[in-house]
Amino acid sequence: MSGEQKQRRIVPIGPYHPLQEEPEFFKLIVEGETVVDLEIHIGYNHRGHEFISPELTYDQVPFLVERICGICSDSHPLAAVLAIEDCAGIKPPPRANYIRSIIHELERIHSHLLWVGLAGHFIGYNTVWMWAWRYREHILEVFEMITGNRNHYGAHKPGGVRWDIKPEQIPQIEAVLDVVEKKTMMLTKAVLDDPVIRARLEGVGILTKEQALAWSVVGPTARASGVDIDVRRDDPHAAYDQVPWDVIVLPEGDVFAKAKVRLLEIFESVKIIRGCLKNLPDGPIDIRIDEVPAGEGIGRTEAPRGEVFHYIRSDGSNRPLRHKIRAPSYMNIASNVVAVRGGSIADAALTLAAVDPCYCCTERMAAFEDGKLKFTGNELLRLSWEKTEKVRERFK
Amino acid sequence: MSESLRMFQERFPDTKVFEKNPRRLYLTIPREKLTAAARFLHAERGMRLSIATGIDTRDGFEVLYHFSEDTTGIIYTIKVFAPKDDPRIEAQGSWFPAAQWIEREMHELLGIEFIGHPNPAPLLTSDTDWEPGRFPLRRDYERRNEAHER
Repeated sequence: MSGEQKQRRIVPIGPYHPLQEEPEFFKLIVEGETVVDLEIHIGYNHRGHEFISPELTYDQVPFLVERICGICSDSHPLAAVLAIEDCAGIKPPPRANYIRSIIHELERIHSHLLWVGLAGHFIGYNTVWMWAWRYREHILEVFEMITGNRNHYGAHKPGGVRWDIKPEQIPQIEAVLDVVEKKTMMLTKAVLDDPVIRARLEGVGILTKEQALAWSVVGPTARASGVDIDVRRDDPHAAYDQVPWDVIVLPEGDVFAKAKVRLLEIFESVKIIRGCLKNLPDGPIDIRIDEVPAGEGIGRTEAPRGEVFHYIRSDGSNRPLRHKIRAPSYMNIASNVVAVRGGSIADAALTLAAVDPCYCCTERMAAFEDGKLKFTGNELLRLSWEKTEKVRERFK
Repeated sequence: MSESLRMFQERFPDTKVFEKNPRRLYLTIPREKLTAAARFLHAERGMRLSIATGIDTRDGFEVLYHFSEDTTGIIYTIKVFAPKDDPRIEAQGSWFPAAQWIEREMHELLGIEFIGHPNPAPLLTSDTDWEPGRFPLRRDYERRNEAHER
């Protein structure tokens, strides 16, 4: 096109693009290098959980919703059993509450480390990736020790938990926490003090507080935009009101703030687990539920990515009549429409990943122009790395 | 009684309130008051839309908008009814971006029409051969047909 007006082009990312378990299709509308708009198509991974759940009994439902996501495979069952317990009006015994918090926070640590590693990979810091995933491994080993599985822990059931923490396991968990805390501290300092990472991430993909509220985003995405929300504190469940910890809130709203929130939250999680292990009460780990009466219940919990929301309507039988599930990414991904606007293509993959949707099919993303392959996934990655190199040059 | 609930009842005197427990409040209102009520909770009381739930019941469709008041930890659920022969509700996505996706989803899975929605296209089945007009979350949806066709 002639004159100053640049031609608009479409850079498709997907459908088997980025974000870990959930293939999504992002249509970036660009003028030159600048992203001016974004269209999001989802549904490639729709498996009909809300349709299947009413066919299962309340005991089976947690196993179903556990399989919604492999990374936060603890948040959905926890929110579902909280909804069932809310509907039935029962409270689990104190020991179960503490174990719920411990499992849930261990999951947050491993999920945040996973994201930090991937973010490092995207900007060409593969050392960060290797480090973060190396330390994440210790947490998975703790899961295996407590629940028998590195993932899909099967930890929660209506009325309590399925796995107890044995006294001899407590010092082992504490030892792992010491290691992970020390190493994460080193990693955090290395990431937050690195001038190149700062220059690369600061000011990228900004989501303002007003936008965050209008799109009702949740979790670290909201907290990095100055929205002070955390379901663990605001709507206490499990043992979160029994131990001291802080909510991390930063005002900037860029990718750097999101990374910082996640890194600092790891230390809060360590604090919560230590507190819970120290004060772990004795007693049973579950109670018997005879029936779930007709009615409705809402359960919510703070997954690593934000609030998980489950609503259950019961007609008094042993199955839910309706089970509504809302994962945090549902709100966060939609907000990408405003976060990528005005940024460059080299930043787009990073910005889209910054809400931590789920990222691993990157190699399969491809961009077409006039029927010809323009960017492969690796080339988009290379664009991002080149930009980091340019920034690095400035600091030499 | 919470401050928001008191103000809500003053503003909408015909609200039916059900308090499941102090942090779970269900407010049933006539469907034509939905926009005013949602605007009140979000714009005036600063609440966040957690999500909305559509349910097909014997008497009609129930649509529940779950608003979260994060300063108190209370969830205010606005409940509206739409009869089966007229499943239409004012779209909240027209003024509230957070409601856009879920209203598209309820439209495609339950067949509830959201009047004034900026983009009523299917959300989950846009790139599939799922035929529009089949609503799997309706009670009369026949799963048998699905097995036969595939």
